[in-house]
Amino acid sequence: MRDRDETNMAEPMITLTRLRKQFNAQVVLKDISLTVEKGKVVAIIGPSGSGKSTLLRCINLLTIPDGGHLQVGSHSFDFDAHKRALPPDRQLAKFRANTGMVFQHFNLFPHMTVLQNVMEGMLTVLKRPHAEAAEQARELLARVGLADRAQAYPNNLSGGQKQRVAIARALALQPEVMLFDEATSALDPELVGEVLSVIRTLAEAGMTMVLVTHEIAFAREVADEVVFMRDGVVVESGPAAQLIDRPAQAATQAFLARFNAGAATS
Amino acid sequence: MYHWDFGAVWAYRSLLFQGLLYTLLYTVVCVGLGLLIGLVTGLGRLAKSVLIRAPLRAYVELFRCTPVLVQLIWFYYALPILTGIDMSAATAAVLALSLYGGAFYSEIVRAGVISIDAGQTEAGMAIGMTRAQVMRRVILPQAFKRMVPPLMSQSIMQLKNTSLLSVLAVPDLLYQGQSAAHDSYRPLEIYTIVAICYFVVLLPATIISKRLETRLAKQDNA
Repeated sequence: MRDRDETNMAEPMITLTRLRKQFNAQVVLKDISLTVEKGKVVAIIGPSGSGKSTLLRCINLLTIPDGGHLQVGSHSFDFDAHKRALPPDRQLAKFRANTGMVFQHFNLFPHMTVLQNVMEGMLTVLKRPHAEAAEQARELLARVGLADRAQAYPNNLSGGQKQRVAIARALALQPEVMLFDEATSALDPELVGEVLSVIRTLAEAGMTMVLVTHEIAFAREVADEVVFMRDGVVVESGPAAQLIDRPAQAATQAFLARFNAGAATS
Repeated sequence: MYHWDFGAVWAYRSLLFQGLLYTLLYTVVCVGLGLLIGLVTGLGRLAKSVLIRAPLRAYVELFRCTPVLVQLIWFYYALPILTGIDMSAATAAVLALSLYGGAFYSEIVRAGVISIDAGQTEAGMAIGMTRAQVMRRVILPQAFKRMVPPLMSQSIMQLKNTSLLSVLAVPDLLYQGQSAAHDSYRPLEIYTIVAICYFVVLLPATIISKRLETRLAKQDNA
């Protein structure tokens, strides 16, 4: 694990340049540009349908942008709406192995045990020997506090446990970047904390992360930068505390009004 | 009241037994080939390219929307004239039944794959698996469990369909039964025995299929 103070803060890990995406006639992302420096945590907030999940899925190319430029670590891609050819499957797969993603609905493999879920990427993608993969998977499970559930099947876990396994499964590929797509939105309120605490630990260890989240308080606490999106554009971005406490744009103020009102009364 | 006399047909036991073996042999071959055709076709129909999907769709619809008896006869009488390739009754029979079964199997395979949540594919792709790896490691193992019951019942149909081979003079159980009936003038006894033979083979198959289904359902909740 890298120590946060030692990371080179000026080095960009993720760069999006004029990224565009449309589904049929509906333009979901309008020329989004965004830079995430190595070791930084960026939270993307915004109302439903603002394009924040689509943006996140464009970063690991689960959704292929229609235009613009994407760079993650040493990989980069140019997209052109007129050129329909996609990057080859193998190249995409290699690229995705370097970006861990955690989904709202966990998407664990139900036919595999917890241990097998975490080992799968190491075996199939990284081609690690079985014993080595098993050992590393156990270490990862210990890190997310689930060493004792290695032999359980996903259906026998709570939502919070499932999400922690999903995080371990993504970390198993040793990605340079972690992406969280509303990782706590499907959880019962009392289970949110255990997942957030794992994410917090990752942030402290210097993992570069992009979080799409509705947990405004968490974003303010953990993120270095917060991006507010609405209708496919970045309305405002800035240091987390500043953007959330003193938003400059009317749209951001309106979106955060409910949260800030709630925070003030509590 | 008809006077049953099964003693009179005892002499035909080895003939009928031979027929039963043929029936089982053709079932194994046609189920095996059919499953192979069905797997390739079912997965091919999920391909991105319409150049792959369209011909496979045409094949499936053609074989699903014509009677298997017509297909058998067409393969035996018409195909050799069109292609100039001479075909034995056995070859025509295996070809027609396998392609017919394959069309139905492919629909089962396709439905099984489609029924798996898209999130599974995304999760596999997100950890850097190629599409082929996702299919092999994530989708098919889950889809296969859902496919087993309908694949079993389609295979049971395949066995029953082999009785149609008798029209091409393939010496299966029914064909041998017909010969025995003509020879012995005891059609009631013979055809009753033929029916019982099919039943005795298929009843355990349906029971095993049912057990397997229950067991797989339990595993899903494990």
